[in-house]
Amino acid sequence: MKSIQSIERAAAILTLLSGPARRMGVVEIAGELDLAKATAHGILRTLTQVGFVEQDPESSKYQLGAALLHIGSSYLDGNELRTRALNWSDSLASRTNEAVRIGTLHDGQVLVVHHVFRPDDTRQVLEVGALLPAHASALGKMLLAHHSYAAAECIKAGLPRYTPKTIVDAAELRRELEETRDRGWAVDLEELVSDEAAYAAPIKDRRGDTVGAIGIAGPAERLCVKGKTRSDLAASVREAARSISRELGALPG
Amino acid sequence: MVIQQYVASVDQGTASSRCIVFDHAARVVSVSQKEHHHIFPRPGWVEHDPLELLNNVQTVVRNALEYAQLEARDIAALGITNQRETTVLWDRETGEPAYNAVNWQDMRTDHLVRELGGEVGQNRFRDLCGLPLATYFSGPKIRWLLDHVDGLSERAESGDLLFGTIDSWLIWKLTGRHVTDPTNASRTMLMNLRTLEWDDELLDAMGVPRAMLPEICSSAEVYGEATGSLEGVPVAAALGDQSAALIGQTCFERGEGKCTYGTGSFLLLNTGDAPVQSANGLLTTVAYKLGSRPAAYALEGSIANTGALVQWFRDNVGLISTAPEIETLALTVEDNGGCYFVPAFAGLFAPHWRDDARGVITGLTGYITKGHLARAVLEATAWQTREVLEAMNSDAKVRLEILRVDGGMTANNLLMQFLADVLDVPVVRPLVAETPSLGAAYAAGLAVNFWPDLETLRGHWHRAAEWRPKMDPALRAKGYRKWQKAVQRALDWVDEDDDD
Repeated sequence: MKSIQSIERAAAILTLLSGPARRMGVVEIAGELDLAKATAHGILRTLTQVGFVEQDPESSKYQLGAALLHIGSSYLDGNELRTRALNWSDSLASRTNEAVRIGTLHDGQVLVVHHVFRPDDTRQVLEVGALLPAHASALGKMLLAHHSYAAAECIKAGLPRYTPKTIVDAAELRRELEETRDRGWAVDLEELVSDEAAYAAPIKDRRGDTVGAIGIAGPAERLCVKGKTRSDLAASVREAARSISRELGALPG
Repeated sequence: MVIQQYVASVDQGTASSRCIVFDHAARVVSVSQKEHHHIFPRPGWVEHDPLELLNNVQTVVRNALEYAQLEARDIAALGITNQRETTVLWDRETGEPAYNAVNWQDMRTDHLVRELGGEVGQNRFRDLCGLPLATYFSGPKIRWLLDHVDGLSERAESGDLLFGTIDSWLIWKLTGRHVTDPTNASRTMLMNLRTLEWDDELLDAMGVPRAMLPEICSSAEVYGEATGSLEGVPVAAALGDQSAALIGQTCFERGEGKCTYGTGSFLLLNTGDAPVQSANGLLTTVAYKLGSRPAAYALEGSIANTGALVQWFRDNVGLISTAPEIETLALTVEDNGGCYFVPAFAGLFAPHWRDDARGVITGLTGYITKGHLARAVLEATAWQTREVLEAMNSDAKVRLEILRVDGGMTANNLLMQFLADVLDVPVVRPLVAETPSLGAAYAAGLAVNFWPDLETLRGHWHRAAEWRPKMDPALRAKGYRKWQKAVQRALDWVDEDDDD
């Protein structure tokens, strides 16, 4: 099959810019790839327009653009996330005296990548690797709130009921996700298991993308007051999420 | 008057320096960490810049306070824990290091320790100091520096040159006092294990002038007040990292033990107030000495290459880009495919103590993929732990019923489950994984009455995760047999002329 020459050349330029030099002028690039300067310039202009390449205004040199970095997706290895979050999830467990979980989105569900026991020395089983329904858990709602595509997929796949309080109506879920995003934390009030409640907050990376969520879960009688959420617990969860985000290089705020 | 709510601890480790601030309930309030450079002047040599270590410690302390919006006056005490054995020499007057810090992994004393063993061999000083002659320990490193760096020998004799492990170096810079604690001193091969004093016979044998040595204080007392961003804060604990981890895990009773999984891994068992000599190649060491209380001793089994092996796999092999990704890669396959990796990069530690061993990968077939290699890398840590645990059970005449674990590698679930499987005991991680930092904070907190007693500290220990054995016993036995065969293949690799 015949390949398209200009795409090949564009790819060569991107590969070159991802190499050790990082920043190169148009003459340098043309020389390196044996292209006419005008040809190199034309390709660079197109790549700049779509954001795959940026031109440094001072030196006029070219470098890889932010749009390209985003294409690498906001994927963060779950094992890496657990490692980076270890101290802060421990801290959250001891501050709230509740079990802590960290989840990431995985095929429309929440994959538990980290679990810290409720620190009361009772017998508990490690739940790393377990899957939770996204629309019926605090972790899931937090993640869906920041991933509209996943939320749409989730709604399309159907919203099964787990308790009388599970949100099974698409419009209601959309409203809930919007509120969750605005509020900055998610809550599950007996939506997955009766008499159990949970809180969650988003973990962001250095680009501000939500790469996971951290939360606590436990009996509703401890996690709620007269059926209402406890702002102190939500604050602790958010604080832990912020600390982990900072660990991942996210800017404060 | 301000009532201080926090204790800070500095962990100056092999790879990085870390400051953690703890509150009264021993919860982590703030963490800051910074990696430093390793200097490799020749194969087998490993050094750090002592001033870089000091600067990084100051930076992480400042950052940890800033993150928690605290000031020096909020901190009741500072505890220091450190990579052990790493050797610093500096000038008493100027404070300038006389040479780079010689890291514990550095093998330049290879020939020297063999010479020192003479007719008797590597156990020549074991009764006095609890250690076999090996390249890790500070005494021979001092001797090497005095022999090979111009002018140092004279300056040492005249008292112008000071020696310290990292604790001493930092405390000297922070407070101006030249002190150390028995856990660090017990790793020099210069301290008598029973009297906890520098020993003339050992000093003579190593040729180390007494004038350059720090005063051996306890592990938990106020050595002085800090300067810098911790102006006025009592510096109140010094502990080798493994001892600190033992305290952090609240292993205060005879028969309690823990294993810390870091660059290397270290299994320590508290043997109470008397040193136990090992018949199985374990080290006898000081567990801690808290103020005026009698010292506690420990048996120690060290494994050279655990986290370091994963880092090597990341940096030198390049199949993963971050250390935690090894778990992701290992999970792409069901098992090791028959592949075993004995990471004897610098020989084997306990219970073998064979410096003629080098790394091998065995059981290779055309079937093996990078996933199997990743498994073999992780499993090496578990099998090595099993060897050490068996030696320890035999020496201490007790069977450890549960393994308390800590350190960065406890974030690796696959490894922790495999560990429980091959040891056939439950593996438990406490709520604070950074136990060296916690232990140093505990010791400092005890010294200034921030915490009243050991019982209070014990009350802070909670289970954060537990892995229970679920491997078929026949599979366990076969795996261990294969591992032992792999170890045999790693031995006797180094020849006399390999240095040429």
